[in-house]
Amino acid sequence: MTPFGRHEEYTARELFGTAADRAFEDAGISRESVEEVFFGNFMGEFAEEQGHQGPLAAEAAGVSAPATRFDSACASSGAAVRYGVQAVRSGRADVVLVGGAERMTNISTAEGTHALAAAADALWEARAGVTFPGAYSLLANRYFHVHGGSREDLAHVAVKNHDHALDNPLAQFQQAIDVDDVLEAPMVCSPFGLYDCSPMSDGASAALIVSEEFAEKQSLAAPVTVTGTGQHSDSLALHDRETITNTPAASRAAAVAYEDAGVGPDDIDIAEVHDCFTIAEVLALEALGFYEEGTAIDAASDGATTIDGELPTNLSGGLKAKGHPVGATGCAQITELTKLLRGDHVNSKAVADAEVGLAHNAGGTVASCVVTVLEVVA
Amino acid sequence: MSDDARDSGFDDFFDALTEGNPYYLESPSGNAYLPPRSVDPETGETELSREPLPETGEVITQTVTYVAGPRFEDNAPFAVVIAEFGQLRITGQMRDVDPESVEIGDEVELGVEESETSGERVPVFYPA
Repeated sequence: MTPFGRHEEYTARELFGTAADRAFEDAGISRESVEEVFFGNFMGEFAEEQGHQGPLAAEAAGVSAPATRFDSACASSGAAVRYGVQAVRSGRADVVLVGGAERMTNISTAEGTHALAAAADALWEARAGVTFPGAYSLLANRYFHVHGGSREDLAHVAVKNHDHALDNPLAQFQQAIDVDDVLEAPMVCSPFGLYDCSPMSDGASAALIVSEEFAEKQSLAAPVTVTGTGQHSDSLALHDRETITNTPAASRAAAVAYEDAGVGPDDIDIAEVHDCFTIAEVLALEALGFYEEGTAIDAASDGATTIDGELPTNLSGGLKAKGHPVGATGCAQITELTKLLRGDHVNSKAVADAEVGLAHNAGGTVASCVVTVLEVVA
Repeated sequence: MSDDARDSGFDDFFDALTEGNPYYLESPSGNAYLPPRSVDPETGETELSREPLPETGEVITQTVTYVAGPRFEDNAPFAVVIAEFGQLRITGQMRDVDPESVEIGDEVELGVEESETSGERVPVFYPA
């Protein structure tokens, strides 16, 4: 991945070209080997008036191959990874390039807010003035009403993820914050202040997924493999769901991914979850089966999900501190998890025994969800 | 952002509301939806009937938006709620009330407003 942050002068295509360069260098694979490209982008039409980005991404990466763009809102590149994995598993391809890119800071916060709201129901949510922080706020306030919880509980999620990103050179914020900073920040949508929200970011991510046979033939070091992938959907609008204190698309995606990998929640050593807002991490931990519904609200304040806890979560800094260029996020979770598992991430030392990692990438208010399980094989 | 074409289903709903006959769509299993919809996504049932919308609803969740998109930048801060009218839930902004005083459990009535910036009709709620 590229460093995430404010790179407003760079187009999404340049960002993806840079991420792809790093992926080729890291993998030691030639560009000519790539047989298909799976690319995630969400708001290119709003930010750059650019649609039809599949072939553009291939071109930027210096690859001549069939190329398709995936739009699942903020789960776009998680979906791209999943379909890339399936292309390799099916035997159709030995080498695929997956990833995503998003340029967000070249437009104003109001325009960006408008673009992101397109991930909600345009007729019945966005028209009514629902922003993305607004939609997650509706989830958070209902959660508080049913299960209890407070702004302070959520603040611990932000503080933890900022702590995890302190030494991550790719993170947008390498800056410690405390609970008071979160509680005293300007309000965005109650109960969220500025530090409850992931930032607008520019950035790209890329990865090369290869078949076992290709890795063997080329004598590639491929110490981490995708052992499970799952995806599910839900109603786009919150008001069309039976309950809004949980995220069933994530539970269903996780069930499929766990079955695919032959593992369960207890086998997961580290997780990257889609903390676009602080409540989203809580809902993810519950949907993935790490906690019963209504009980993950104090996981961060208890220390269970911190770097030295029983389930270190978002060691990359998460979307909150690493940044959230929406179309790049899903694949960036995969590249960060891969580094964490193979031992060359700044936070690898703290989780040296970790062998199984999970990524949870959500689109909209989890109307899309992709869950991926990675395991150390070497 | 606006175009002149009707959004069938969506505009039918507001026409009916304005005429005093608001309705929602219900499947034989009893699931309730806003239009347009031709199938119950839970059950696959396609025989959706128009049912009269109850006059008052109850707020099931709320938020106050301080940072809005361009369509509503001038309105901020405003309260957005999901309100439950019998089986049906609708999302909209609260009117005629201090946004920070809105609470889960409040009773509301449904109304319609035309957006100043887009000309589109949007659902709004008033304290019941």
